[in-house]
Amino acid sequence: MNQATTTSPMMTSQSISRQPAPKRRTHWASRAWSGLVVGLMTFFLINVGLMIASVATNSVAKRWLGTWLPSGWTLEWYSAAWQEFQLGDVLLVTIQVVLSVVVLSILIGVPAAYTLARRNFRGKKLLTGLFLLPLMIPPITYGIPLATLMYELHLAGTLPGVIIANLLPALPFVILVMTPFIEQIDPNLESAARVFGARTFTMFRHVLVPLLAPGILAASLLVLVRTIAMFELTFLTAGADTQTLVVALYYSVFAAGVRASQSIDAMAMVYMIVTLIWLLIAMRFVSPTQLVSRVKEHPQN
Amino acid sequence: MMLMSSQTAGSRWRDPAMWMAAPAVIFMLAVFVYPFIHGLILSFQPLEGGMLSNYIKFFSTDNLWMTIGVTLKLALPATLINILIAVPVAYRLRHKTPYQKIATTILVIPITLGTVLIAEGMLTYFGPKGWFAQILQTLHIYEGAIRLTHNYAGVVISLVISGFPFAFLLILSYITGIDPVLPRAAATLGATPFNQFRYVIFPLILPGLAMAFCLSFVQAFSVFPSAVLLGSPAGATRVISIAAYEAAFENYDYSMASAVAMIMGAVQLGVVVIVLGARNLFYRGPVTGGKG
Repeated sequence: MNQATTTSPMMTSQSISRQPAPKRRTHWASRAWSGLVVGLMTFFLINVGLMIASVATNSVAKRWLGTWLPSGWTLEWYSAAWQEFQLGDVLLVTIQVVLSVVVLSILIGVPAAYTLARRNFRGKKLLTGLFLLPLMIPPITYGIPLATLMYELHLAGTLPGVIIANLLPALPFVILVMTPFIEQIDPNLESAARVFGARTFTMFRHVLVPLLAPGILAASLLVLVRTIAMFELTFLTAGADTQTLVVALYYSVFAAGVRASQSIDAMAMVYMIVTLIWLLIAMRFVSPTQLVSRVKEHPQN
Repeated sequence: MMLMSSQTAGSRWRDPAMWMAAPAVIFMLAVFVYPFIHGLILSFQPLEGGMLSNYIKFFSTDNLWMTIGVTLKLALPATLINILIAVPVAYRLRHKTPYQKIATTILVIPITLGTVLIAEGMLTYFGPKGWFAQILQTLHIYEGAIRLTHNYAGVVISLVISGFPFAFLLILSYITGIDPVLPRAAATLGATPFNQFRYVIFPLILPGLAMAFCLSFVQAFSVFPSAVLLGSPAGATRVISIAAYEAAFENYDYSMASAVAMIMGAVQLGVVVIVLGARNLFYRGPVTGGKG
């Protein structure tokens, strides 16, 4: 870059007057650059879109071998998948696990986030580190010792076992999302409640929870989407009748050959649609730009 | 607030707000710390041999210690690609417009796909008779056989598809967290868009980038389903999580499995330390900026 375009704060009036020429050039360059970025993204999205479309096409195809489009259409595979994979049971387990994880992680996580947001104490950094660590190491690393322990305690394969395992990454996630949400709430509101004699728990229920409702909703939806997609921990701890959708799907592909690829694809579509619905709901309530604790600079409006 | 933080240690035990963290702490100790320590001790109690024999076995068996390199060779490029693509895209979408909302939603959709659908989709789409091959052949761009599945490339592509939305969301939230007044001030002083990014935005998002790299890397590093379904789990994509799983659930050697899990965690934390350390090495200055 030449001199006229440096960011030096001691820019003279002379160099400002020289601006137009380089500006036109960078204008051209930045256009080319953004064209490249948009082009790359379009290429990425087109391929991903076609990839989804080929799964969708295959799931409604009678026979599809090496042609542009299948020779016939049918919805049989969806009902076949429903029966073959006992999708009803799998969905029931998935709903039970996901709802329990969401409710428990909010009930346990929000009060802990409150402590981290409002109190300073010795060992606070250590505590924050403890909550951050499960997000920084791969699930298999702590999943295998946890599963080993669960097998010893005969917890593995049971519904509570699967729920506990899935709660492990969900809880720190809630705490990390909720802490900045609580920090942005004016502490004077709490003091006011205390002046009127509210004890901590009354204050929490009647003052903080209503104010935190948008944040709690956001956190629960994100936990929900993450838990539906959580493969490793469920895979390590689930038994034959406690599989969630994502694990059942993995087994059906892993044992490929036994099953028609169309019915696997039908199941994959069911999985995608379930997750997509929740994600779109989540995106309506949470701006994706708030995912990382910069809530303070972005007052909601 | 101020009063409370100046309370003495003794009265802190009677502060109900301190006790509100108790259930979370107990849960973390019971479900995270205790099993982890249990696993660590278990890894030093092998089925046969001395205390360290699991670790000696891991580093002296070719198809075990090689898995570290295989995993890193998959996870590092995939994470780098994700971050390097996500930065310019997020930078372009930093302004709050209706366009930003729509584009963000579309870019985030691959999060919902799940590794299995991506694997199935790639096997169909990139397969020898899939649409991708057919399009290339129809347009006469490339006529040869396309090998993008059941190998290294297949796993990297699937890691990019599944990891990009996450990296993008993180970086977008870091970039939008920067006060827009700062680049505008630079522009007033004559900085080109490139220089605004280079001297204002980039230093401010660097800590965020390091964090995003670590969090994306964790996901790529624990690659398991796609390495099995899309790669060649016996060869080029035999990642460390496959080795750990085999030890635990095929050989029922929980002690060895714990050892592999510990090695996996150590390598992961090593990368995190290097990345965060490199950040301090390359950039010294106010890292907590962005508050304007």
